[in-house]
Amino acid sequence: MSVLPRTVADDVAADSPDLLRVVSARRARHRRRRQLVGALAALVLAAYLGSLMLGSTTYGLVDVARVVVGDDAGGAEFVVGRLRLPRATLALLVGVAFGLAGVTFQTLLRNPLASPDVIGVTEGASAAAAVAIVSLSLSGLAVSWLAVAAGIGVALTIYLLAYRRGTAAGTRLILIGIGVAAMMQSVIAWQLERATNFQLAEALRWLTGSLNGALWRDVLVVLAAVVVLGGTVLLQTRALAAAQLGDDAASALGVRIERTRLLTIVAAVGLVCLATAASGPIAFLALLSGPIAARVVGPRGSLLVPAALVGALLTLVADLAGQYAFGTRLPVGVVTGILGAPYLLYLIVRVNRVGGTL
Amino acid sequence: MTTSQPRLEIERLTLGYGDREVVHDLDLVIAPGDVTAIVGPNACGKSTLLRSMTRLLPPRTGRVLLDGKEVHATPAKQLARRMGLLPQSPIAPEGITVGELVGRGRHPHQRVLARWSQADDRAVTAALRATDTLELMDRAVDELSGGQRQRVWIAMALAQETEVLLLDEPTTFLDISHQVEVLDLLTDLNRTSGTTIVMVLHDLNLAARYADHLVALHDGRLHSAGRPHEVLVPELVRDVFGMPSAVIEDPVSGKPLMLPIGRHHVLTRDG
Repeated sequence: MSVLPRTVADDVAADSPDLLRVVSARRARHRRRRQLVGALAALVLAAYLGSLMLGSTTYGLVDVARVVVGDDAGGAEFVVGRLRLPRATLALLVGVAFGLAGVTFQTLLRNPLASPDVIGVTEGASAAAAVAIVSLSLSGLAVSWLAVAAGIGVALTIYLLAYRRGTAAGTRLILIGIGVAAMMQSVIAWQLERATNFQLAEALRWLTGSLNGALWRDVLVVLAAVVVLGGTVLLQTRALAAAQLGDDAASALGVRIERTRLLTIVAAVGLVCLATAASGPIAFLALLSGPIAARVVGPRGSLLVPAALVGALLTLVADLAGQYAFGTRLPVGVVTGILGAPYLLYLIVRVNRVGGTL
Repeated sequence: MTTSQPRLEIERLTLGYGDREVVHDLDLVIAPGDVTAIVGPNACGKSTLLRSMTRLLPPRTGRVLLDGKEVHATPAKQLARRMGLLPQSPIAPEGITVGELVGRGRHPHQRVLARWSQADDRAVTAALRATDTLELMDRAVDELSGGQRQRVWIAMALAQETEVLLLDEPTTFLDISHQVEVLDLLTDLNRTSGTTIVMVLHDLNLAARYADHLVALHDGRLHSAGRPHEVLVPELVRDVFGMPSAVIEDPVSGKPLMLPIGRHHVLTRDG
């Protein structure tokens, strides 16, 4: 048997053909990824501009641009500036928040079903928001904080219930989460029963999610969440990539796995809850974004940014379609629900058969 | 690159999970620059011991020292630049290519937002070359055969460029030809770059053939440690595995070869 070459990297000459092959393969991978992520970003931008321009009255790009920079644009000011701009911006940010949080859960728990909207975190935040509005007559930031507290509470409860012999096993956690989600749904239904006619329109969004009546105040809260909590998750990109290889392998690569897990889960729960407090639980958004992103960019690096973009794209397109594509106005969550439910069924069937990962 | 020989010492180490103690009061010095195999029956604490030698499992009492510094007090990334571990069943993310997986071994050398460096590319190239997996670079890991996949995981550990490499049962689930291939590869690595190798092995005879030192564990205690011909003797097999055996000289390697003695198919000498 021939002796293999020495393994120290110093023996790889700078002009070695093997090195050039490795470098060019890596560059090709990165280039392809940049193209695909760039295409997703372009679609998000197009959907965002489309949401500002299209509607019962259609405005041109020039009018929209003038409203955005604050020039007087005549009739466009009210429709674009007051109605469409906060709504589209909220759709974008909420989509980023759900997409990023969903893929974080799915990556960390190595299961596409482990999305916060399947395991009850979203429902917990939603139920808390419904209680806050209907029973406690709260509004604004108080609702957001209560939603965050409830979401973290639910996440912790599920984790503790699923915890056995030092680990919270994936399937156990998901099944318990589905049960908790059902309980939270009934809390929401109960609150809707109690709601006055006046509160009902507001409280209904806690059932499916809606961007109706989006306020700048909500936009700012979700923006802050995306910047701070989204940033926290993104800083863990490489640690999450290592964590995918299993806890032992990740630790051996120098990842402090408990710290990474805690940081990213808390940040993802925060993202989901703050987004839910603003828009309600937009059905299946967190579940769908990661797997769609995985299909689009393939196995070329982290799915965090692609999933955030897919989340934004889905929300913008679904909201636009819900408003204008069906004779009546449907909330965004109904549209994503129609898309997401068959996918959830497909996932359950597939995971049961092969035990797949994301 | 090995500049000095790493000293890996275990002092009065006690390990456990929950209320179960798995390793008791163990003292051991790993020979630097050599290949050491840890052997013993199932559940004797082999893997537990290996896990505690990196930061994976904190000791109940006692310490693990690398060059006199406590491993569990060393920052995670700093330790991961010196000591690598290939766990028994690492998980390959769906669809990941060989090139990308091997690149993940560079994690301890990369800063949070730093770009991919030339050193990273060189280490990956060297690792792919050494494991003969350059040709597989663009293939998906889940399409590979068991033997190829194990070479790829070893390549990932090599890309980490550590002076000490720990491997937990690197040959399980492999055909005999691939077992030998993996052990040959680890021997090449040890001989060409002086990497200290510590592996848990199931097969006593392969362990005796490929390791410079054997460490035999029994019920979480050290039974014996030393050169294969000192350790692999019928008394060890009887004490640790509870089985009579004969040990002869392996005609291929000159190392000890253990032949189990069961109730059947044994030639009786006296009648």
